[in-house]
Parts: sequence; C-alpha cells; structure tokens
Amino acid sequence: MRVCFFVTCLADQFFAEAAADAVRLLRALGVEVSFPRAQTCCGQPAFNAGHWDEARRMAAHTQDVFAGCEYVVLPSGSCTTMLRAYTPRLFEGDRHRYDAALDLAGRSYELVEFLVRVLNTESVGRGLTGRRLAYHHGCHVSRELGIKEEPVRLLEAAGAKVVPWEADQECCGFGGVFSVKNAPVSLAMADRKLDTLPEVDALTSADGACLLHLAGRAKKRGLAVPVRHVASLLWEAHRGG
Amino acid sequence: MAAKGYKAAARRTLEHAPEVREAVTRATLHFDRNRERAYGEVEAEAWRDWAAATKRHTLSRLDRYLLEAERNLTAPGTEVHWAEDAKDAQRILQELVERYGVRRVVKGKSMLSEELGVNEHLERLGVEVFETDLGEYIIQLAGEPPSHIVGPAIHKGLEEIRALFHERLGTPPDASPETLAAVARRVLREAFLTADMGISGANFVVAETGTVVLVENEGNIRLTTSTPRVHVVFVGIEKLLPRARDLEVFLQLLARAATGQKIGTFVSLINGPRREGEPDGPEHLHVIFVDNGRTSVLADREMHEALSCIRCGACLNACPVYRQTGGHAYGQVYSGPIGIVLTPGLKDPRLAEDLGYACSLCTACADVCPVRIPLPKQILTWRVRSTKHAPATERLAFEGYAEVMTRPRFYRLSSKLLRLTAPLTGAPWLPVLGAWAAGHGALEPSPKSFREIWEEELDGA
Repeated sequence: MRVCFFVTCLADQFFAEAAADAVRLLRALGVEVSFPRAQTCCGQPAFNAGHWDEARRMAAHTQDVFAGCEYVVLPSGSCTTMLRAYTPRLFEGDRHRYDAALDLAGRSYELVEFLVRVLNTESVGRGLTGRRLAYHHGCHVSRELGIKEEPVRLLEAAGAKVVPWEADQECCGFGGVFSVKNAPVSLAMADRKLDTLPEVDALTSADGACLLHLAGRAKKRGLAVPVRHVASLLWEAHRGG
Repeated sequence: MAAKGYKAAARRTLEHAPEVREAVTRATLHFDRNRERAYGEVEAEAWRDWAAATKRHTLSRLDRYLLEAERNLTAPGTEVHWAEDAKDAQRILQELVERYGVRRVVKGKSMLSEELGVNEHLERLGVEVFETDLGEYIIQLAGEPPSHIVGPAIHKGLEEIRALFHERLGTPPDASPETLAAVARRVLREAFLTADMGISGANFVVAETGTVVLVENEGNIRLTTSTPRVHVVFVGIEKLLPRARDLEVFLQLLARAATGQKIGTFVSLINGPRREGEPDGPEHLHVIFVDNGRTSVLADREMHEALSCIRCGACLNACPVYRQTGGHAYGQVYSGPIGIVLTPGLKDPRLAEDLGYACSLCTACADVCPVRIPLPKQILTWRVRSTKHAPATERLAFEGYAEVMTRPRFYRLSSKLLRLTAPLTGAPWLPVLGAWAAGHGALEPSPKSFREIWEEELDGA
C-alpha cells in the first residue's frame, strides 16, 4: 500500500520527531511512504479566521501537491478535518476545485484512523505496558472525524492504561487565532484541562496543536506534564514489542 | 473608561471575578450531563431531525402560520398586536398599561422582554415590576441582566445570593437556601395577589389552535398568567408550531435539552382569556408578536436556521468558552453560541467582529442543539463576513502567510528562519508570537524540522 505523508506545517516545525515516528511506524507496518516535497499548509488557520481567499489559495496548492496519491496520511486530526470537511466548503462556487476537494477528502486519513480503519490494525505492539496515559480528544478528531475509541483502543492494546479524565472531551482552548484574539479565555480553558488532569506518565492526543497549547500552558505554570504525540507513543509501542 | 466588547469583558471577568467561572462551570456541566443522559433515554437523534425539519418548514411558511395563529388566537377573545421593533412593542405595552390603569406588574421569565427593554420602560411609566422566576428575582435585586437563557442567575454562588438577600431583604447573613427561597416566595405571593398585569413570554404558539404554550418549573408563570386581570404575552414571530400534536415532541425535547427533565414541571396551554363561568384566568389576554430583527435573519440565506431556536440553553451549557465567563461578558441579551449567531443578525452585523471570536470552533454546540442549528458553521460565516473590516495588519498577515504557503521555497526558507530566531519570545516580525509567549512561554520549534529529518534519515530508507 502506498501512502503520501502530509506532515502538516505545525508538525513539521513543532512535532518533527513525532511526525518521523509516524513514518517509521507506517513503514514498519509494511506501508510504502513518500513525502511530496512541495507540501506546505492545508490553510486551516486562514479558513478559521474567515480569510477564505487566502485559505483557497493554500487549499488549491495542497490539492495540486497531493493530486496523484492513493492515500494521504496526516499526523494531525485537525488538518485532516480541514481536508475532509472544510475544504469542500471553500470551493462551493468552483466545480473543478470542489470536485478535487471531495476527491482529496476521500483519500485523506488521520494517522490513527488510517491504522485502524484502513489497515485494520488492532495492535501495533505491546511496548507501553504499565504506562498510565491521559488521552485528550481533540474537537476535530472526535466530533468532525468521529474518531473516539480508536486511539484509546490502540494505546490499551499496547498495554497502557488510559485513565478516566473528567475533561477529556472538552476543548483545550487552542482554536487557532482564538488563542491569540482571546488569550485569557483560551488559557482559562487550558487551565481547566490541566487542573482536572489525573496523575499520568504522559498526556497524549492525535492533535499536535492542542498539545502545543497544553504543554506551553503547563510549562508556564510550572506544572510537570509530560506531553507525547500519539504517533510517538504508538511507534514506541511497536518498537518495544 | 473600561474597554468595551466581549474581549475586554471576558478578560475582566477572569481577572476580577474568578468565582463566576467556578459557578458557571459547575452549573453548566451539571445541565449538560443531565441533557446527555436525557437524550440517551429516547431516540434523540430522530427527534432532533424531526424537530429541525418541523421548525424549518414553519419558518418557510411563516407568513401563513402567523395569520392562522392570529385568527385562532382572536376567536376566543385574545387581542393580537404586531410590533416591528422594541419601540413599537413599548408603545403597545404603554397603551395597555394606560388602558387598564396598571400600577404593578408581575413577570414570568422572558428573554424577549430583555430584548425589548420591558422592565426599564415600565419603570419609566412609574409601574412597579416584579420578576417572579427565582433566578430572575435574584438578578433583579442585584440590578443585573440574565446571564443564561434558562438559568439567569447561574453566575452567582450561594454566598453572593446570601449577601444580596441580607442587604435587600434583611435575611440572616447565614440563611439556608430554603430560607432564602421562602422569603422570596413571601414577597412574590404578595406581588401576585396585588398585581394588575402579568407579563410572560411564550415557548410556543400553536397556529392551528391559537394556543400559547408556557413551560416552567416553579409555578410562577402559571400564577403570572392567571392571577392578574390582564395577561400580556410577548412572543417572537419565530416561536410558532403548526399543529397541537407537534407539542408531543417539542415539549419533551425542550425539557430534555434544557435541563435533562422528561418534561417541564408546569406546562400551561392557554386558549384565550377567562370565559363565562370560569373561576380564574385573566379578563384580558393580549399577544404581542414581535419582529425586532427576526425577518432580516429569516431573509439571510446563511443564518435563517438560527430562528429555529427554542431557547433551551443547551448550546450555552455545552460551550467551553461560555463556561469560562458566563453570559455577561458577551454584553448582549443572548450569549453563548446562539447569541453569537443571532445578535449580529438581530442588531448589527458589525457586532460579529468581536462576538465571532467568543468561540474556539470546537463544535460541541452543534452536537447538542435540539433543532440542529449549524452554529459553528454560522459563527464562521460571521467571521468571513467580518474580514472586510479586519485591521490592515491582520489582512496583511494572512496575505503574507498565503504567499509563503503557496511557494514551497519560501516555506522552506521560513522554516530555517524559525530555527535561527528561536527561542521565539516575540520576534518583531511576528508580534503574534509575543501574545502566545505571554501565556505559554516561548514557542520552541523542534531542533530539526521534519523536512530535515526526512532528508537526512528517512528519504530512500
């Protein structure tokens, strides 16, 4: 099976090792992975800020870059949502681009979703035995893509215990430009997540942006919260057995 | 003077009134969990589909249903009035106050009356007004507007209410909630028995039967609508249901969405004023249909679904942004997701520039809305419309960003620059990073970008 890896600009810059782990994991599972070099950003920040002309330019660029790929896999639920659910809305008035958006939407998968729903993976390995994890359900992953149980199942199949967390499904407060436009509210939302977080070995999620927000906030407050992208944990699960 | 708008008010609330966040979080999570359980007991998805379709249908034929409702309301002797805006509504109310020589009014909870400034107008006319819903009574004593559609005083904790009652009603400073409620009850009983006019909203008006439908838990609305000799109903033109049998689902769905109850404790179905031989009910019943911006929302191709709203408050309870500050920070009658969507349409599109960002686009509201209003989509639409007034710096930033992201070479160069200037505490060319760093500490890019790792290690491996 051949996959084009869409690292996404955020993971490229801030979760580079986790993104590399995603590639290593896919390859270990027998997937052929390529990296189209012209890729940049899916355009979601502009889309969410209402700057749709700019979002369209980036979305069109992304369509062109991934035009020939059988599957596109992203280590980011949020960017996958941009391709799956939002880009078509940008092109409602442009038949050619709209069709291309639906085409790409149907070929694009978030990493865990790809493992579970396309590769039918039930376990990537047992290398997380005894680990206590908190899983943050990113809004886009859980509500827009409907991926809720899959990451938890894979982590538990690896021997980890995903502990109950009363705020696990609540928004972390990042929200792209929201985090800068209404910083105090955005931070209060992160604080609610952190204040309810149980004692764990790591906080994980399928969305780097949420983790960046939560990790930054935790650090600023002097809280010791180890944050790991789910791709890194799953690679570790594989490598460790 | 304090800065205006949501942004400033939210900051002030979080800094100076942290107890609001605590009270609102507790109350809304409680409501939301009850809603979730109550949805789970029935075929909520199917009910929501049907309710949404029924409201959309009603709105598509609103002219016809309004005329049908007027006919059927008028038949048993109810007088129907039409108000285009708040001024119009106030004028009609003033005429009624003068016609019946009204000195004292009891009110049931009504968000529309907040929109219309009913209390302030009555006070200007020298009429004494009593809010009779306990939550509304509390905030009336405090001189505040409601902060939530269903729980107007949820932003107040017990201590604050104790202090307020102690100061205004002379209750002991450590009075129990039961004592506080009993004292309010005594004051309000007296008001019910001496008022000349009761004012209420309406949850629904059934076109087919001309029935005004009111849902409540305290019994105060039933007293408001049956004890004084005049009852005035303010109702938005969007609150119609075609048929009486539609109530079967709507009454249950409203209660489940709002509080997780199977049905409201009191449901009043009012068909006309008191008839010959009836022991109670008002001698005169007036229904005032109010537009106040609704027809412009109806005409808006991308916003009209918002008029399906049945004011259950479920989107407020589900909203993690609302939870941080409560409703007052929005500075409008309607807060939370539905407030963001409705307010610019009802009042002024430019309000969306500020309100549109009282949202992280988490989409939790869309999951709970009983009539499936596409709230996140509409909030984003307001943002899109607002960009034409966005500051030049913002427009420039997004243009530059698109330039970089559509030129892979520029992108790679930026990636290198990012590493050269790290740690990013606020490089002058990216002021946005400074704002980020204030709450999170400096942004720390990965030592190597993925692209570099790919080139050095993964490519061809």
